[in-house]
Amino acid sequence: MESTTQQLATVEQAVELGLRADEFEMIKEILGRTPNFTETAVYSVMWSEHCSYKNSIYWLKQLPKDGPHMLVKAGEENAGLVDIGDGLGCAFKIESHNHPSALEPYQGAATGVGGINRDIFTMGARPIAQLNSLRFGNIDRDRTKWLVNGVVKGIGDYGNAFGIPIVGGEVFFDDSYNTNPLVNAFSAGIVDAKKIISAKAKGPGNPVFIVGSATGKDGIAGAAFASKDITEESAQDLPSVQVGDPFMEKLLLEATMELAETDAIVGMQDMGAAGITCSTCEMSAGGGVGMEIQLDKVPTRQENMLPYEILLSESQERMLVVVQKGKEQIVKDIFDKWDLHAEEIGVVTDTQRIRYYMNGELVGDVPAESLVLGGGAPQYQREYKEPAYYQEFKKFSIDNVQEPEDLKAVADFLLQHPNIASKRWVYEQYDSMVGTKNMTTNRPADAGVVNIKGTEKALAMTVDCNSRYVNADPEIGTMIAVSEAARNIVCAGGVPSAITNCLNFGNPYNPESYWQFVGAIKGMSAACIKFQTPVTGGNVSFYNQTVTNGVEVPVFPTPTIGMIGVVEDKNKIMTLDFKQKGDLIFLLGECTNDIASSEYLYSYHGIKASPAPYFDLEKEFATQEVVKDLIQKDLINAAHDVSDGGLYTSLVEMSMPRGLGFDVEADGEVRLDAFLFGEGQGRVVVTVSEDAEDEFIEYLATIDVASTLLGHVTKGKLVVDGEHFGFIHEAKELFDNALEKRLK
Amino acid sequence: MKFGVVTFPGSNCDADMIYVLETIMGQEVEPLWHKDHDLKGCDLIVLPGGFSYGDYLRSGAIAKLSPIMEEVIKHANNGGYVMGICNGFQILTESGLLDGALLHNNTQKFISKNVHLKVGSSNTALTKGLDSNKAHKIPIAHGEGRFYAGEDTMKKILDNDQVLFYYADEEGAVTDAANPNGSLLNIAGICNEKRNVFGMMPHPERAADSELNNIDGKAFFESLLKFC
Repeated sequence: MESTTQQLATVEQAVELGLRADEFEMIKEILGRTPNFTETAVYSVMWSEHCSYKNSIYWLKQLPKDGPHMLVKAGEENAGLVDIGDGLGCAFKIESHNHPSALEPYQGAATGVGGINRDIFTMGARPIAQLNSLRFGNIDRDRTKWLVNGVVKGIGDYGNAFGIPIVGGEVFFDDSYNTNPLVNAFSAGIVDAKKIISAKAKGPGNPVFIVGSATGKDGIAGAAFASKDITEESAQDLPSVQVGDPFMEKLLLEATMELAETDAIVGMQDMGAAGITCSTCEMSAGGGVGMEIQLDKVPTRQENMLPYEILLSESQERMLVVVQKGKEQIVKDIFDKWDLHAEEIGVVTDTQRIRYYMNGELVGDVPAESLVLGGGAPQYQREYKEPAYYQEFKKFSIDNVQEPEDLKAVADFLLQHPNIASKRWVYEQYDSMVGTKNMTTNRPADAGVVNIKGTEKALAMTVDCNSRYVNADPEIGTMIAVSEAARNIVCAGGVPSAITNCLNFGNPYNPESYWQFVGAIKGMSAACIKFQTPVTGGNVSFYNQTVTNGVEVPVFPTPTIGMIGVVEDKNKIMTLDFKQKGDLIFLLGECTNDIASSEYLYSYHGIKASPAPYFDLEKEFATQEVVKDLIQKDLINAAHDVSDGGLYTSLVEMSMPRGLGFDVEADGEVRLDAFLFGEGQGRVVVTVSEDAEDEFIEYLATIDVASTLLGHVTKGKLVVDGEHFGFIHEAKELFDNALEKRLK
Repeated sequence: MKFGVVTFPGSNCDADMIYVLETIMGQEVEPLWHKDHDLKGCDLIVLPGGFSYGDYLRSGAIAKLSPIMEEVIKHANNGGYVMGICNGFQILTESGLLDGALLHNNTQKFISKNVHLKVGSSNTALTKGLDSNKAHKIPIAHGEGRFYAGEDTMKKILDNDQVLFYYADEEGAVTDAANPNGSLLNIAGICNEKRNVFGMMPHPERAADSELNNIDGKAFFESLLKFC
């Protein structure tokens, strides 16, 4: 059997493994000979889109990488690291697990959670909170219900057992995701800045260990699978989906945390995509060294695994560890304590080559640098072209939309819409309180807020992206995604620090899809520079689309933004709930006669063609600065941004926690439907108690941001322009139970 | 009083429990390891929440066979105090230290949320210090929390006044609507006949830190400190 994997590969085999014919030629040039099958398999995964970012890296490099709060820049280690003071760093990252979840939602989502957490604790950071961003197709389809159930249960079962709370997230439904759901998982951890574990191999002669689970045939070539279209035949790729074991991950976490306290460790990397291949290559290339790896020493789950199967397996819950020579026993003892494998499988060399051996026989010999992103992996600039729909969408005018007579009916429709209604059915399946750090359980806020025990600080975090806006206008839509994330952090009392992104797009070889990607990068850069929130890392997921009869329909372009911010003084966390009857309700930011891309226009009127909603980056920023100021000055007692569903939804959301209501007057300058349901950006609703009223109004006179007195908080009645919109308990009943009813 | 908090592989509420006992309640705490054969002189042993041994086979089924549990069982049989929260409660019923069993929630889903508890028997160290008219807001987070016992066992539990807590609504009324998981009679926690072993599904340690804006759970620990 060895002989087949040792035989020289053919171009047909290379193409079968996912390489392009010209890439096979590149490999021959690098090696100075024709690679064997094992080596070709190694290149095929390392040069897959998933590992090499070959079609996106040119643009990713243009994102702002450094900012005032960075400890480690993006790309230098597994995840970017933000300085949160007190000698602590925050490692955080978001990653997609879209393709596996499309086929096997339970394991696909579960292993997504496992993978992102390993990225965090492999740096020596203990995860403290998770978020996730989920997108599904039409909620009334049986397949969507199956996917939602599986994904939510997968995330819950893995995360609950692993023991890190899920403190927020988003769930969105649209037909564009019918075939290809998006599952983006975010994790954040805290690390003593002095105890960060490097992802680089160093010191020739140092032993290399594999720790954690045994290696099996699950997930073989998952990275290659993630780098192609989802089609009717994708079910045949089921063996590419990995299987997760949260119990093993929990043990690996605790063992890693103990390891981080010792001086026995040189570097460490988790095995995610492309397993042993990727971790050995990246760690070697990172440290400018080579490795010799004995594949027969790798603990396996079944006998007679071939070299390429061991190399490409994506079995979960494994790590590669480079240990200081002479300190092997320290490592073995720690893993012994946790009943985990820790096997020495190789050694660091000064050759800069990775040599893989099986029973003493050399089965692969490749230069580490030639395989990795930023090294020899190919980089392409793809063509892009503005699609015709973009200009079409801009022709939309509100004047062609008839204003409905019964706006109360519209309000009730929106409160029950799955994109707006409570996601309680989802989040109650996640342990949100383990770790006793979630500060928003009993104090609802726009962002998840996590206590950093023993300090004055807390960490705010959020994931945001309205992909309908991004589809309408990639550049503005992505600016909005960043701005909304920042707005949520600010409304919770934080200062935005940095972002991680998960870029979910269609086929990069489709110029119109690629145009969306380029626009998103441009918009993200502009907004990140404005908010001083550098991009610390993330991932790109292309090929998210439905292919039916040869026609590609990409998902809505979805650049999910994960943002963290520091709350310097946890006594100043801001909540979103109305506090008492009589408090004044103000709107900060412009009120515009705009319903473009709103859920109201899209779902109630069924008008799909409209541009992104009103947005002005400078004004957005100015409004957020005012909110920060108001919180610091203790002038407001609630803040909540206006986003999906518009102002009416925001007011209801603020009313529900304490069973209060509102009595507001509309802005006569705009249509009432635009006032209530428009999604014009850059707006925040705040409330002011009677005591603070005078000072608040004096403060308004000093600022250059639009502000409107909307009305006041009531005991539970909802009133707009004197018209009764029902009571809060009725609205809450609709809002709370809509999703569960639709999913049955 | 010296507390011992056991860590099984897969425990994930051990650190939370230690934080509350040590930092918030100011008590001496000894971390205990599942492979230990010694309780190190602890007076009250806490079995924390989590997924011991991955909860493979059945929640708590493997943990009961661990070396430390031999010692915990001896300690309990000698009248020593033992408290199990969530997975700890499951381990106690599996070990036979408490009656009944904890089945899959009747929703067939994991449930994580604040619930309200009404005190059953006030005649235990854990409940004596609690206001029996109050609905205590305490979180739950479990997939297998539906308390069940056969008719005879149930009769014994009731006759001996062994119910610690019932799931209730915000006003303290024990209703079907307030029962989150289908537990028999809304039972959220029980003690043994000798009243030295306590088990409950809700997590008082998640409601003891004022920074989280709910300290209803702190009274549970105060009661233990006063009456144990």
